[in-house]
Amino acid sequence: MTNAADINTDALGCPSGLEPAARQSETGEALIDPAPFVRVDGPVAKLDLAVFGAKCAGCISKIESAMNSFSGMKQARLNLSTGRLSLAWTPGALEPRAIAEQLHSLGYRAAPFDPAQVEAAHDEDGRRLLRALAVAGFAMANIMLLSVSVWAGGAEMGEGARGLMHWASALIAIPAALYAGRPFFSSAWAALKVRKANMDVPISLAVFLALSISIYEFFAGGEHAYFDAAVMLLFFLLIGRYLDHRLRWRARAAARDLLALQSATARRFRADGGVETVAARDIAPGDQLLLSPGDAAPVDGVIVDGSAYCDVSLVTGESAPKELSDGDKVYSGVVNQSSRLVIEATATSDTSLIAELTRLIEKGEQSRSRYVRLADRAASLYVPVVHSLALATFCLWFFFLDGGVRLSLLNAVAVLIITCPCALGLAAPAVQVVATGRLFKEGVLVKSGDALERLAEADVFVFDKTGTLTLGKPVLVNADALPDGAVRDAASLARVSRHPLSRALVDHVGAGEASASAVETPGLGVEGFDGETRMRFGSAAWVGADGGDDDRMEAWFWREGSAPIRFSFDDRPREDAAQIIEALRGRGFAIELLSGDRESAVQSLAQTVGIDAWRSGLTPQEKIERLKALQGEGARVAMIGDGLNDAPSLAAAHVSLSPGGAAEISQAASDFVYLGDRLEPIATSIDVSRQARRRVLENFAFAAFYNACAVPLAVAGFVTPLIAALAMSGSSMVVTLNALRLSRRAAKSAK
Amino acid sequence: MTALLFLIPIALLLGGLGLAAFMWALQSGQFEDPDGAAERILIDDDLEDEEP
Repeated sequence: MTNAADINTDALGCPSGLEPAARQSETGEALIDPAPFVRVDGPVAKLDLAVFGAKCAGCISKIESAMNSFSGMKQARLNLSTGRLSLAWTPGALEPRAIAEQLHSLGYRAAPFDPAQVEAAHDEDGRRLLRALAVAGFAMANIMLLSVSVWAGGAEMGEGARGLMHWASALIAIPAALYAGRPFFSSAWAALKVRKANMDVPISLAVFLALSISIYEFFAGGEHAYFDAAVMLLFFLLIGRYLDHRLRWRARAAARDLLALQSATARRFRADGGVETVAARDIAPGDQLLLSPGDAAPVDGVIVDGSAYCDVSLVTGESAPKELSDGDKVYSGVVNQSSRLVIEATATSDTSLIAELTRLIEKGEQSRSRYVRLADRAASLYVPVVHSLALATFCLWFFFLDGGVRLSLLNAVAVLIITCPCALGLAAPAVQVVATGRLFKEGVLVKSGDALERLAEADVFVFDKTGTLTLGKPVLVNADALPDGAVRDAASLARVSRHPLSRALVDHVGAGEASASAVETPGLGVEGFDGETRMRFGSAAWVGADGGDDDRMEAWFWREGSAPIRFSFDDRPREDAAQIIEALRGRGFAIELLSGDRESAVQSLAQTVGIDAWRSGLTPQEKIERLKALQGEGARVAMIGDGLNDAPSLAAAHVSLSPGGAAEISQAASDFVYLGDRLEPIATSIDVSRQARRRVLENFAFAAFYNACAVPLAVAGFVTPLIAALAMSGSSMVVTLNALRLSRRAAKSAK
Repeated sequence: MTALLFLIPIALLLGGLGLAAFMWALQSGQFEDPDGAAERILIDDDLEDEEP
């Protein structure tokens, strides 16, 4: 490779150094064989992979040139915005596994997309809205050009010239409005068919009436035509619609990426003793599966060979790693941390614990979809009022002021046009786009616009313990009480082990030499020699000590000829946990702790961070029941959790947050995902959500005020097309500027 | 006044050109990967032949 001479192509991962390479974890990231996800389409095989950690031009060039160096590769293109690598090659020319291995050796983590989801990723609705927006923008600009000259020309302009202008306007406006208005017309029609009225009904009505009255006026040789108003209305509303769509789309895309990660594979023993890679969904009960260190169990099963320390925290919330061996049950999602296991599947991926949780999540999400967004609540008040006003105007002019059909209709249409919810349509999406953008800069991903509204309403915060309030991994806690020599020697033994406590000790000590003579005995510990002296680091019984009297996790170090020394480990609360709990309380929230962990651990943590209301030993169902009970008392619950066992309650809560390290399924179920080791983003999210809510309400208030001023004018018949155009663009601008104030605050507070 | 007869079509034509260009860009995937497009310009593999 002679290209990009200044880029260090030997480095692992992103050559810019912005992003850590993926390969470094000691357990070794489980390599997913993408073979089951290849789609063969005639003469090409295609594969889509989600690539993590690619951030710069160096990454593109590294990955694409590595992929193109495979013989038979037809096309390899990395989309940096979505992190998706699309590959196409001649079927049979190369092994899909080689692709995954190559990416892995370059230092990038990759996961295959399920073919069913690749197609779903195409944003056809967004395209349609954008095309409608472009057409409306084009039409609006050109008609304005003509309308402005009509308004400016006034009396000087002759009948013929004005006719020409109107004629040209009509020619542009009618097809443009019919095309650009389709999203509104179809939604209004769908609502009317079930005898309901949404925001799109007055919009469609106003556009249609404005067009038809203008056409009538044009043929009757009248002075006023509302072509510009009809198209401008659509243009502004489409902006709001498109912003809203983008927000939802990005949220859905994030959820889809997470689902792609779950399209996991498993290694299954064939009848002849060999190992093959299959998609998790193809596993049948009775299959023998190989679970290497770092792998998560794809389905529920029973161990038939081997024993290993497993991380069950995502499943049960227990922080201490569990030793599992022959005959023990393994739930899907349990991560093998130490040595090779063979398990026999007892369920398919549809009947496993994960699938069960997924069903609970879906149930929770259904109940949440009943939430009515602020803008829709405003619309349901607004629509009947506006329509009765227009009707009243017509009656007033027709029966009492003898205006005749034409003038009465003209004034009624003016009311509809001037009250058309331009500002209302922009009010919420504009604010939500700015607010999510600001939160994104602070490391919080917001998955939908109404999540902000729901968080602003929350009044009870429910926390999970392990991995949420705590770091979720053991940390050496009695280092001060230990002699230096013992810590050093124990660490030299611990370096050869993958046991979580050994790794916690090594993390504490830092880099150093591993003992050359150390040998690990699974289930007991590590033994090694310092010269002639025997040393052991492991369980209490193995070194001849009695277990400690508290129930912290422990490991013992023993040096021949001296007494064993106890190392205790515990899961530590996050740095700012107590602070954030205090800050939340200061903002008026009630706080509760629900954990699946044992009572003593939960109690001590609750005391440390200052939570009075806590419950321990809960199953996922019990957590949901507690949330339901709280919601039954009228509380709006915000749930914060990270484990698989939290996922159903995350979905059932009014609004939910999860840390970036959470189980993928939990991230998919929650509305906010915050990055980093601190809890501070929670407080920031609340503040921004509340500010956003205030801005939206201000915008509604403004729209109401503006209508209160404009409607009397329209009823009285003073609204000419010029005034309608000014009022419409003016109010939309005010609403947008008010939304932008939200980001200016952020810039100030950052300084 | 007759100037309008050709000025209006010209204005429409120019606007239409812009609209068509946007539609083409949307259709041909110019907005699919804005981050990648910004970065790809830094890749120098087309200079391969000129290197000493």
